[in-house]
Amino acid sequence: MFNDSLKQLSDQLSAKKISSTELTSDFLRRIKQLNPEYNAFITINEEMSLAQAQTADKMIAAGQAGPLTGIPIAQKDIFCAKGWLTTCGSKMLSNFISPYDAGVIERFNQAGAVNIGKTNMDEFAMGSSNETSFFGSVKNPWDPAAVPGGSSGGAACAVAARLAPAATGTDTGGSIRQPAALCGISGIKPTYGLVSRYGMIAFASSLDQAGPMAKSAEDLTLLLNVMTGFDARDSTSLQRETEDYGRDLQKPLNGLRIGLPKEYFAAGMSNDVASAVDKALDEYRKLGAQTVEISLPNAPLSIPVYYVLAPAEASSNLSRFDGVRYGYRAESYSDLADMYRKTRAQGFGAEVKRRILIGTYVLSHGYYDAYYIKAQKLRRLIAQDFTDAYRQCDLIMGPTTPTVAFNLGEKSGDPIQMYLSDIYTSAANLTGMPAMSIPIGFGDKNRPIGLHIIGNYFKEAHLLNAAHQYQLVTNWHLQSPI
Amino acid sequence: MTLSVNDVKRIADLAYIEINDSEATETLDQLSGIFNLIESMQAVDTTEVEPMSHAQNVFQRLREDEITETDQHALYQSIAPQVEADLYLVPQVIE
Repeated sequence: MFNDSLKQLSDQLSAKKISSTELTSDFLRRIKQLNPEYNAFITINEEMSLAQAQTADKMIAAGQAGPLTGIPIAQKDIFCAKGWLTTCGSKMLSNFISPYDAGVIERFNQAGAVNIGKTNMDEFAMGSSNETSFFGSVKNPWDPAAVPGGSSGGAACAVAARLAPAATGTDTGGSIRQPAALCGISGIKPTYGLVSRYGMIAFASSLDQAGPMAKSAEDLTLLLNVMTGFDARDSTSLQRETEDYGRDLQKPLNGLRIGLPKEYFAAGMSNDVASAVDKALDEYRKLGAQTVEISLPNAPLSIPVYYVLAPAEASSNLSRFDGVRYGYRAESYSDLADMYRKTRAQGFGAEVKRRILIGTYVLSHGYYDAYYIKAQKLRRLIAQDFTDAYRQCDLIMGPTTPTVAFNLGEKSGDPIQMYLSDIYTSAANLTGMPAMSIPIGFGDKNRPIGLHIIGNYFKEAHLLNAAHQYQLVTNWHLQSPI
Repeated sequence: MTLSVNDVKRIADLAYIEINDSEATETLDQLSGIFNLIESMQAVDTTEVEPMSHAQNVFQRLREDEITETDQHALYQSIAPQVEADLYLVPQVIE
């Protein structure tokens, strides 16, 4: 059961072979047993999860069930969920019981899904290893010496270790795709604007986008169908016709043109990753696709551009954490300004403070044009590279990460090395285009490798089609570490 | 571009984050490394390029100026650090 797809679980629920209450209890038991080792969850609330399961069982009995009704979903602790501790991985929010539901949480609740717990993450989603969490690092279930990736490291670990059938994540520079790759699962960051950011604690608002993480592309389609949709409370939410993201899953890939950016197949990618990507591309050729070399000349600038824009937006977004209306407040202070300074010095961890300082600097008088505006101009050039490339190809593929998962502690003292682990992923955030990662094998120390698939705006169904066809002829996505 | 310890202290002050001398020195090292990485942006000529602030070209939606939220101040203030008479309490700012 722990290895079942969402479709299989849904079929068992509607055939009354199992109730949501039983399913939820089984997963809660497994979490209780294994979470002390992995630290994938920050909060478990049996009572609230089981109450949702009972509601789901009533929906099923009344014949009102949808594809996710009764299915436990692990929610990243960045999503406000009413009555749940919602920490965003930070001491700053370590006492924050959310008084409201995020748009994403509302949608899962309406679909009758069960919130099985809140997953661990890098503090305020700033990190690529889950090591910046105030609640401790998460272990990679394939190898406890390795990081799970980040920032959605708890979510990736939970799905890989089968502590939850599926999970939500958010992706500002690679935070869904990178941990999905390092934990051997599937994850997609949709086009910017498709999933509501209401109640999703903001990091860099022009880049943040939520998406699902699961075992397979097929599972991702069911989650995406629930998660996406217009929300008037998010000013950047897009008004579009509802679509079924699974509509093209069965389409053959004959004639598919896959673009391979020469900048992504260059120095920096390790041999084990290169060889797994080559094998995956061979599989695609067997499926009828052809590959073409393309060029994204400005893509190597994604990391510097990202590390100007994301901290700039973060420094503005995180100014709301001041100890006045909610969250942590320093215990002793002399006056109001001292209260702000001490609250923020004590409430934020080192990486968050570092990014606030970078952002404050690039937005400050005399540096705004040289850094912030310069980065926004380069952002346009990077987006233009991708738009040009789609004249030659339908989808772009490459490695999700330059190496397999690194060891816990290996990069935590070196911010730049850590930042470079998002070298292939951050461009999709700058452009706002959809991108996903699927498992394609194992490399050094038997650690998982992910294939990165990027598409033009609103091509989610096409990405998922390409991923599903690969998963029909391979079984990497069915393998689990335990 | 070279940052100094005083720059770091000034930025921390702007960001309302308390920082002591040893933290400022350590932060200086890290920020200098990061700004070296960022400096590679300057190699590309962007004179004629329009800045891109957002992934989608969408217009800000407008709505009628009407009440859409119900009064939930009791719930919201139940999680506040300090509240008195329905007001958020902070240290005195006016003598």
